[in-house]
Amino acid sequence: MKLMEGSEAIAEAAIAAGCKFFAGYPMTPFTELLEHFARRLPDSGGVCVNAESELEAVGMAWGALAVGERAATGSTGQGLSLMQESFSEITLAELPLVIFNMARGQQDYFQSTRGGGHGDYRHIVLAPMDIGEAVAHTQLAFHLADKWRTPVLVYGDYLLAHVQEAVDVTPMEFAPLPAKDWAVDGTLTGTGDSRIVSPLGFDKAGRPSEGIENHLRAIVAKQDRIAAEEVRVESGFLDDAETVIVAFGPPGKFVKYVVNALRAEGEKIGYVRPITLWPFPYEAVAAASEGVARVGVFELCAGQMIDDVRLGVLGRAPVTFIGGISTDGSGFGVGPLLDVELIRARILALHRDEPMPPLPHNERQF
Amino acid sequence: MTSVEMRQVGKKLPELLLTQEHHMCPGCGEPLALRGYLEAITELGMASRAIGVAGIGCYTSFSMTMDVDLVQALHGRAPSVATGVKRMRPDSIVFTVQGDGDMVNEGLQEVLHTAARGENVTCILLNNGVFGETGGHMTATSVIGQRTKNSLEGRDAQYHGYPILIGDLIARLEGAAYVARGSVHNAGAVARTKRMFKRAFQAQERKEGFTFVEVLTMCPTGWFIPTLEGPDYMNETLGEVHIMGELKVDGVVRTTEELHDENVRKAHEMEQALARGGIDDHHD
Repeated sequence: MKLMEGSEAIAEAAIAAGCKFFAGYPMTPFTELLEHFARRLPDSGGVCVNAESELEAVGMAWGALAVGERAATGSTGQGLSLMQESFSEITLAELPLVIFNMARGQQDYFQSTRGGGHGDYRHIVLAPMDIGEAVAHTQLAFHLADKWRTPVLVYGDYLLAHVQEAVDVTPMEFAPLPAKDWAVDGTLTGTGDSRIVSPLGFDKAGRPSEGIENHLRAIVAKQDRIAAEEVRVESGFLDDAETVIVAFGPPGKFVKYVVNALRAEGEKIGYVRPITLWPFPYEAVAAASEGVARVGVFELCAGQMIDDVRLGVLGRAPVTFIGGISTDGSGFGVGPLLDVELIRARILALHRDEPMPPLPHNERQF
Repeated sequence: MTSVEMRQVGKKLPELLLTQEHHMCPGCGEPLALRGYLEAITELGMASRAIGVAGIGCYTSFSMTMDVDLVQALHGRAPSVATGVKRMRPDSIVFTVQGDGDMVNEGLQEVLHTAARGENVTCILLNNGVFGETGGHMTATSVIGQRTKNSLEGRDAQYHGYPILIGDLIARLEGAAYVARGSVHNAGAVARTKRMFKRAFQAQERKEGFTFVEVLTMCPTGWFIPTLEGPDYMNETLGEVHIMGELKVDGVVRTTEELHDENVRKAHEMEQALARGGIDDHHD
């Protein structure tokens, strides 16, 4: 065990997972992740490029992936907005990109889970609640990316990137993966068997090509299989719960703590914490909402995941938003609402059908 | 008869081409450029290490016909993808194939940054001064006066701005090792352009830095002219602005203006020699 800030732990976990390439562009609160990769990757036989833009960062990672190496990029949601064209097409090119979003709060739920770019794609989203889980999720992300040949995004935030925890970064064991015989290395150039890594669904001349329509359908069919197999969720105290709170990421850990404390006081409250945001744990949310009086959703944004919660609940119980926008003066998503006392007051207000307390205001605004 | 057929270049399939069939219009210059760099790779013995990265344009169909391990990139993004490939496989020979819309419009910062970093890759620009695939629209390299579907009366500097001489921009960057501008408007230019490809790949092999070969290619469809007029039209319009020649060799930069002055001087010397009664055979 070693005391590390989240950014360092994530970089170390990525390197432990065999990540050989990283490219990124500085942006708060993602910057330190880039710093750690820049410092550590060269020592471990890898390369970290300080890309001149987010567009170039994701392009560089694309090239490293195409030759069969494990590669990653990242930013905040703002920077990832610039990369969305590539995320969409990398999904179609079936390349195992790992993306780190050190988000400004939870405002990037839609961007992460809906396919922020063009087309019908989705990619896996893992939402660790703390640094220990982030270390595991980072390694899992590289495994799932290779297993499904699809991008996997790890959703962190300012808190996850900057808080320190004692963590153990040892390589995790996963099931064996098939060889990357699709990767290009130049050795088949001129042999008649050269390869192509392309999002367009075309193969080399003279070989049967699936064509773009079949290619798009195949990608969607694969996403359906991922949705069926890769759901991850944690829940607690659901058996006799009258109120269920749904929250993810570090705010999910705060909610979990508060619900534990309220249970100790005898309040019949349970929680659901989606670990994969896509695929979303609709079945777990549906089961949790069976027979309860109300479902609350706590997010540090105007309410985005609540759409998925409603799709899971499907009218079994009223769904109420109890989170809100809360940020520091710079807009990095570290606001006063992330406070166990305030969260407790909001959960109890919902539970007792009392008026919801007003959102706290950050006194220090620019 | 057999010996005559053997000399018909068009019937000789380059080793790195899977099929002679292509998706190009009649009179397109891009297949000539394709042949040039594929033959250069083969003749340099680099085939088993060559990785291509293609942009998006008419030439994207070469991604399927080239017998080259290939990564298909997005419009404008090939230099970054090539960077990732080369950083992970430094002993391979990595080249991009991009058009002027791809490289000089959409991806200008990509190619400039890749050159500035001195990445050991070769970027190939097929420059016809027009978006051919969308049907003949103005690009950042379209010359003043050029008629396109969105500059119907000809490119007007006051309204549309000026064309970019991309080779000159790249040549000024410290990370660029070799920069050349070729053309495929006649057999001599084709042969000279192939030598440029070879010099670029050799410089990449020696890890000298970023290498760049621009090739002027005919697009009679996108220029709205008869097919057979393509080479002459190109030579007299694009060729007068994007002048053929080597813009950086061994660290020495020559601007397009200098290439132009040199061409004027050579033409003048030629005229004087002809006026004296002919060109001295022993001179060459």
